[in-house]
Amino acid sequence: MPLNLSPKDREMLDGKYGEAAKLAMSIVVRMAEVLEVDELMDISQAHIDGCGLMSDASLDFAETMARLGGKVAVPTTLNMIPLDLQNWEKQGVPQSFANKALRMAKAYIDMGCIPTWTCAPYQGTLTPFFGQQIAWGESNAIAYANSVLGARTNRYADFFDLCAAITARVPKEGLHLKENRKGQILFRLMDIPEDFEWDDSFFATLGHLIGRIAQNRIPVIEGLRGNITSDQHKAFGAAAASAGAVGLYHIVGITPEAPTLDAAFQGAQPEEIVEITLGDLLEARKDLSTIHTNDIKINAVILGCPHFSFTEFQRLAESIEKNHKKLHPDVRFIVLTNQMTFSLLKRSNIFQTINDFGVEIVLDTCVFHSPIVSAKGQVIMTSSGKCAYYAPGELDVKVVFGNLEECVRSAVEGELYREVKP
Amino acid sequence: MSQVIKGKPIVSGEAKGQAVVSNQPISFWGGVDPITGEVIDRRHECSGTVITGKVFVFPTGKGSSTGSAVLMESIRNGSAPAAIINCKTDPILALGAIVAEELYHKTLPMVIVSQEDIENIQDGDNLIVQPDGTILVNPLE
Repeated sequence: MPLNLSPKDREMLDGKYGEAAKLAMSIVVRMAEVLEVDELMDISQAHIDGCGLMSDASLDFAETMARLGGKVAVPTTLNMIPLDLQNWEKQGVPQSFANKALRMAKAYIDMGCIPTWTCAPYQGTLTPFFGQQIAWGESNAIAYANSVLGARTNRYADFFDLCAAITARVPKEGLHLKENRKGQILFRLMDIPEDFEWDDSFFATLGHLIGRIAQNRIPVIEGLRGNITSDQHKAFGAAAASAGAVGLYHIVGITPEAPTLDAAFQGAQPEEIVEITLGDLLEARKDLSTIHTNDIKINAVILGCPHFSFTEFQRLAESIEKNHKKLHPDVRFIVLTNQMTFSLLKRSNIFQTINDFGVEIVLDTCVFHSPIVSAKGQVIMTSSGKCAYYAPGELDVKVVFGNLEECVRSAVEGELYREVKP
Repeated sequence: MSQVIKGKPIVSGEAKGQAVVSNQPISFWGGVDPITGEVIDRRHECSGTVITGKVFVFPTGKGSSTGSAVLMESIRNGSAPAAIINCKTDPILALGAIVAEELYHKTLPMVIVSQEDIENIQDGDNLIVQPDGTILVNPLE
């Protein structure tokens, strides 16, 4: 089927809107052809992930687009940048690395993007609304925008995000269309003990398990109790989008496109039904750790993957206060967040507790993308399913997954602390 | 065994190489080192395998949207596979190859084949990928 372009699409392709728009549109068109789509559609917001990786290719792309006069045509937020713009010198980041990251930041800002520098944009600025057509990068943010907010985006790749922001056009397909948003695989939670479900490691564990099984199918989850917080959705979606290609999930009775089981599947039958038992969850939780011996020395705790929210800082402060202890001198306690949350934190009554404990707050960036942790061969502990999934490959570390309380207690004791669990 | 598979080229080009076959999807970010070409996802069955110059055969991509940037960096560095064969288009990987072609004029052929055909490609097979998406498996010299 040939691709029908609007007159403006053609003008962009012909260079009437400048060289950057021409290149961006030619990439959008090539993708539309790959996807065998017959037309493009408008988007009204974008989130760019292409600024996150410090690679020469990423810098080439950003600077080429900026040099060619690229300007975003819709409000566009930015994912983390490979540099803590405020603290990089203290963190020992090499000047040459910082220079490249600063060039990348400049290129995106010059193109009119909003310097949010966060992988949790949905908890900050310009949160999309139900039904809004958007083009987002960053797998965890995509899952949140589609599933929790009911906005519509595909899993856009780095670089395509900028092309969409410049042209305000995307191929009309995939999760932009209602009929492609119906559930495909049903997960039924079977008799999960209530205290297990209340544990804060539950959502990351469930996300890891469901992502691994669902892969690129849209999962529907039935049988979850109670309300789910924004932070719990974040933990679930980030883990599911790491272990699988989950860009949209439905939780019956909770997410906006799933008021009922029937609505989640849009009246169709599930392709597959999977029952999830406590045993499956315990196995998935175990799979998130790469060492399982008893007396494990912890070198660093890493939280905030995706970026810590203010409410997560509140919970961290509670846990620190409950333990009345100081951080073990051999343990680094790193929390990643963005400037918006940090500015709230500074105005709050928990900032001192967090600081006194010895938390290193890292802004704007990611441990996987900025050389903050030189942890090769060390043991890190995290409450994030996404961090636990990627750390072994990206940082060459051993990883222990635990809940927030276990992370804090382990950081105090310098070795792994486990709460008694079923 | 020698055979011919008809695929659909999503990035058209010519390539030749030994097959590295996996039935597991992979995220290039966190999964492949763009400098060494090694699979670094320690949970992946290809962990430790260097895919540079190989024809990498796997069902589809998954995970991080930064996969496109890692693939493009691999192409820029010359550490990328010679070609990629999937049975489902992953827009993230496709985009990485497309932008690399636009920016660097370097082509990494990417071909989509049927589920049945992908199962007929064995690890270590000699593959020739042609611009029209035809794949020659263990061609007789």
